[in-house]
Amino acid sequence: MAAGTALDAMAITTADDAAAQEFARVVERHRPQIFRFLLSSTRDMDLAETLTQECFLKAHRNWGSFRGESSAMTWLMRIAINLQKDHWRNRRMQFWRTTRTNSVDLDEASEWLPSGESSIEQQLLARERVKQVWSAVKGLSERQRTVFLLRYVEEQELREIAAATGLSEGTVKAHLSRAVARVRLELGGKR
Amino acid sequence: MKKFDDEANGLKERAVDAEDLELELALKNFKSSVHAWSDAAYRRPRAFTKEVRLRSWRLALGWALGCVLVAGSVSGGLLQRHHRVEQARIAAQQRAAEQRKQVREQQARAQVSDSDEVLLAGVDSDVARQVPSALEPLAQMMADDETK
Repeated sequence: MAAGTALDAMAITTADDAAAQEFARVVERHRPQIFRFLLSSTRDMDLAETLTQECFLKAHRNWGSFRGESSAMTWLMRIAINLQKDHWRNRRMQFWRTTRTNSVDLDEASEWLPSGESSIEQQLLARERVKQVWSAVKGLSERQRTVFLLRYVEEQELREIAAATGLSEGTVKAHLSRAVARVRLELGGKR
Repeated sequence: MKKFDDEANGLKERAVDAEDLELELALKNFKSSVHAWSDAAYRRPRAFTKEVRLRSWRLALGWALGCVLVAGSVSGGLLQRHHRVEQARIAAQQRAAEQRKQVREQQARAQVSDSDEVLLAGVDSDVARQVPSALEPLAQMMADDETK
């Protein structure tokens, strides 16, 4: 009986270790992507870092209840989106507190040029385009922005976006369409 | 006419294609830019300790200033109250001294008036009963007239 209890304890310990190792792998694999999404959503490095840490802390606490119905990435992204929503809601509620944010302005955000633009003209043009897209993204609603960033920065499929945001695929398509129209308008297109 | 329509449609399609191409390129650049920024931000050395220290200092400084303000306000209030009480005590002492002084003056005045009255009464009685010898004949004549 005692030997059985000891074996059970060892089995539990081994299972816990395995779960911890699995979670560590998930963190290592998905942390940069979660951070990138939060950075592009907030344009604030410190806030993105803080929310990323909170996201993985929350994920760690609930790791036992993760049943693998969606991918770990989708599950983590859902947590990140909710954290971000909570953050902005709290900021709106705490309007008496300082309204200063550390979000970088569009010029600074557009300074990160995609590699491979050889000539000065191409670099300037690329920077201008990036700035225009940032400007359009800034004008989007919170939901449209989330959907747009998940689609065009994180390159997620519509069903993944729907699972992460809790929206239907049709709604995701509608938000995405409006967001793209806004970007097109900002770029000077007619449609 | 049909040829003209075809050419117009072709131009429109090419313009739409060019727009789509530009949008596609802009989105591609945007994605690359965000990835580059995020990678750089992710790899940056964390200024966590410094930031935390700075925040701690700010917090401590804020608390210290707050405490100084509260202590200053409280001690200022207490000092003012003490000052008022002291002033009231001095004023009461002054009033009491003034009253005592007035009482003493009244008593002195009363004593003076009493002594004057006594002196005057003595003088009157002396003047009434004793006639100087130089006026004795005149007093005699007055007494004679009264008897007549």
